Amino acid sequence: MRKSTLIKVATQSILKNKMRTFLTMLGIVIGVAAVIVMVAVGYGAQTSIQQQIGALGTNMIMIMPGASNVGGVNQGAATFNRLTPADYEKLKRESLLLSAVSPVVFTNAQAISANGNWRTRINGVSTDYQIIRNWRTQSGTFFTEADLRSARKVAVLGQTVAAALFPDGDAVGQQVQLRDVPFTVIGVLERKGQNAGGNDADDIIIVPYTTASSRLSGWHRLGQIIASTSSPQDVLAAQEEIRGILREAHKLGEADDDDFTIRNQDEIAAAASNATQVMTLLLAAIASISLLVGGIGIMNIMLVSVTERTREIGIRMAIGARGSDVLTQFLVESVAISVMGGLIGVVLGFAGAALVGRFTGWSTATPPEAVLVAVGFSAAVGVFFGFYPARQAASLNPIQALRYE
Amino acid sequence: MEQSAADVIRVAGVTKVYQMGRNAVHALRGIDLTVKAGEMIAIMGHSGSGKSTLMNVLGCLDTPTSGTYELDGVRVTGLSKNELADLRNQKLGFVFQGFNLLARTSALENVELPLLYDRSGRRRDTRELARKSLERVGLGARLDHHPSELSGGQQQRVAIARALVTEPKVVLADEPTGNLDTRTSLEIMALFQELNDQGITILIVTHEPDIACYARRIVEVRDGRILRDEPMRQRRIAAEDLKTFAAEPEPA
Repeated sequence: MRKSTLIKVATQSILKNKMRTFLTMLGIVIGVAAVIVMVAVGYGAQTSIQQQIGALGTNMIMIMPGASNVGGVNQGAATFNRLTPADYEKLKRESLLLSAVSPVVFTNAQAISANGNWRTRINGVSTDYQIIRNWRTQSGTFFTEADLRSARKVAVLGQTVAAALFPDGDAVGQQVQLRDVPFTVIGVLERKGQNAGGNDADDIIIVPYTTASSRLSGWHRLGQIIASTSSPQDVLAAQEEIRGILREAHKLGEADDDDFTIRNQDEIAAAASNATQVMTLLLAAIASISLLVGGIGIMNIMLVSVTERTREIGIRMAIGARGSDVLTQFLVESVAISVMGGLIGVVLGFAGAALVGRFTGWSTATPPEAVLVAVGFSAAVGVFFGFYPARQAASLNPIQALRYE
Repeated sequence: MEQSAADVIRVAGVTKVYQMGRNAVHALRGIDLTVKAGEMIAIMGHSGSGKSTLMNVLGCLDTPTSGTYELDGVRVTGLSKNELADLRNQKLGFVFQGFNLLARTSALENVELPLLYDRSGRRRDTRELARKSLERVGLGARLDHHPSELSGGQQQRVAIARALVTEPKVVLADEPTGNLDTRTSLEIMALFQELNDQGITILIVTHEPDIACYARRIVEVRDGRILRDEPMRQRRIAAEDLKTFAAEPEPA
């Protein structure tokens, strides 16, 4: 039988029983839609995490104190601290690949203004921080090299802090007390939203690291040094360079291990995306169970259809249809049902993903290959679950089929 | 027996045994039958006589347990299912008691169907051939009607058109008038006689002597054997009977 005829015959018999076809298709529709929504949600979570990691700053390298391995015992990062402002200055002076370097002094404090108070993180950094984190001020300015050198008591607020301390309006020019030290607010940063860890990136106060060490933490070690290169290709080379400079600064011998840990964005991004990929796979696997159930629905209906159309099969065989002709006819029918269901499922899946995206604020971008996979998979479901009923039809005895009432 | 090229059917010593549980049912117990091109034969017999089994064997729907069957020079015994299907498609035309048309499919498409299963690919203009075949049985005006929109007689004409469309060697009709009233039966028999006059070989299975009397030769089957095989002595002409039937007043 010719292909066009086969498709016509299949369409005819599919349309003969619209309600039944619709309900059978619904199983596949829901299955495919579920897979697409789940993949989209997983994918959306992945991209949004990637974006948040990207928002930390471009080409960022983090140097943390502490060795990854001390005397054979893995101590983890930041177990002891030999990172000093001198290390930072040496890096800034000697490095050829780094375009920006900033120390970070971590501390916490209760911030008090005339209108409110708020406990928050305080980061003492240098002017390069803005470049590394790619973070502009919304109003006011960031502090300058002069502020840094003289350890002036100036602060730049994150959006959350600014809103908590100055609910009535502009924070710039106002006073904030940190550990009884009065600071002048010189700027408010742009909104960053959540960071990769799920914390509020805007819940922060930025001050010169010199001020933070002398006035707030009272400790002349650095919590971290962050740096960035001008292009992503330089990141690995820069890491090696940093390693060399710091080993020299810390006077480490050939046999000594590093007493610091260097990480880049890629590593953090890879770890995060690994986790979300596993989640996406899991979601898709659960959703594909419903596709399986839909396939069983097709098989059920095709078996009923074969029984109902026994006489038709007998007629076709009597006038010369081979078993393979009948088999193909029923297979084309089940594949047509499942592929149509698959296509409708794709449309619904996209709509569903968009809806989820609107409610969660994630970018639920469905990868185009997911559509191909979903439609291909539903066609495979049609073949797989249609084969048994089709073979039943093809193996009918024409005499008995013709006699069937 | 003379080996004539005009023999469309040659059956020799054909038996058919069905296994029904522990019992062996001997449906055919040795059939010899030769049909020449252009014959119109009535195969008669009561139910259980074996005539249906004979019909199935002749129709290549079933294979004999023993004996030989040649259809148009092709030895049917030992052919595969697919070869049997192709043989049915190429050399046979079927007309059934219950018409056996595909519902919700137009007359034209029903008639076209056997051509679509033709693997030889020798006919391209299947639509046109189907239309001509329907015109031949007098249904040229009802090409697009579905079976449910046609009377019993018209449906049987569609079935006959479907049987003829492949230009078969033999048309096998199994109780073709069994579901029709007397007048329509006469019309169908008149059509068969007309087609036979045009040279088409027709085998009609029937248990009604009234129908058998339109054939040229009568073969009576009983208990799986041929009881009687002789030319019809007083062959009736259906077209003439139809005229006298029309002249009679309709029963109230």
